Amino acid sequence: MNRFFVPLGIFAGLVVLLAAGLTLNPREVPSPLIGKPAPQFRLPQLHQPQSTFAPDELKGKVWVLNVWASWCAACRDEHPVLTDLARQRLAPLYGLNYKDKRDEAIAWLKRFGDPYELSIFDLDGRVGIDYGVYGVPETYVIDKLGVIRYKRIGPVTPAILKDKIAPLIAELNRG
Amino acid sequence: MLSLGRPVWAGEAKPVAADPALEERVTALATELRCLVCQNQTLADSNAPLAVDLRNQIRERMREGASERDIIGFMVERYGDFVLYRPPLKATTVLLWVGPIALMIGGLAVLYYRLARRRREAAKPELSAEERARAAALLAGDSGAEKR
Repeated sequence: MNRFFVPLGIFAGLVVLLAAGLTLNPREVPSPLIGKPAPQFRLPQLHQPQSTFAPDELKGKVWVLNVWASWCAACRDEHPVLTDLARQRLAPLYGLNYKDKRDEAIAWLKRFGDPYELSIFDLDGRVGIDYGVYGVPETYVIDKLGVIRYKRIGPVTPAILKDKIAPLIAELNRG
Repeated sequence: MLSLGRPVWAGEAKPVAADPALEERVTALATELRCLVCQNQTLADSNAPLAVDLRNQIRERMREGASERDIIGFMVERYGDFVLYRPPLKATTVLLWVGPIALMIGGLAVLYYRLARRRREAAKPELSAEERARAAALLAGDSGAEKR
């Protein structure tokens, strides 16, 4: 009976590792930008193309940047959660409209509601690349010094808003 | 019913630049980087929009004179180590690189040890004088009990 314990033990160990591995999501690539300053840019606004926006303008405030597009199905799923965030006035919410058509984006916001203070128009996706965007929607929490403190890849769920984003915003606002 | 229109090839998108040497460098570097959307493909193979964008970034930067190392740095800064198709050898990945070899060596070592022990045990049993005499008799075909 003794000689079976070691291989059985090793096998059991491997099963545990495999089980743990299967719960991990390979789509969630950890971002190297956490703890680094949010990359600077200056882009036209979606609704008012003659005006521009730069992240610098929000220094001193904790804010949330949400990357979205009218062609993105999951963005529709998270839209109510973002509307909730905006309604609760947790933090100013800004949209980065990624690789979209201006009129389609504006129509999308009209149809589903606009939770954003304003949306920024990133036509060629260059700013998205600077922010390490690879799977829209993605959401960033940025602190008063302009440092990225949290990144959510994929739609924001009510649980994530309640358990991760809202507490983080509160904490960053205290500091 | 066969209605054949123009033949359509499913393949890689045609390179945009007219400079074949540059394209070669772009493709060479693109095969070392991972497409984050289709994660088992390289940037060279993938047709995902992000892959097209990143290939364009590589091409532009190379045109501006950036080195392969500069561009790799650019990608890793934004997407992390995962964008490298070949995982770098670091403290966190040493288990990934060394693991399979270590397991194989470990397995072979255990096998060798087990076989050696079995061989040793098989060689051990000593025959008593009586058993040796019986064995000799049997071998000589002279067994008293062999009367049929």
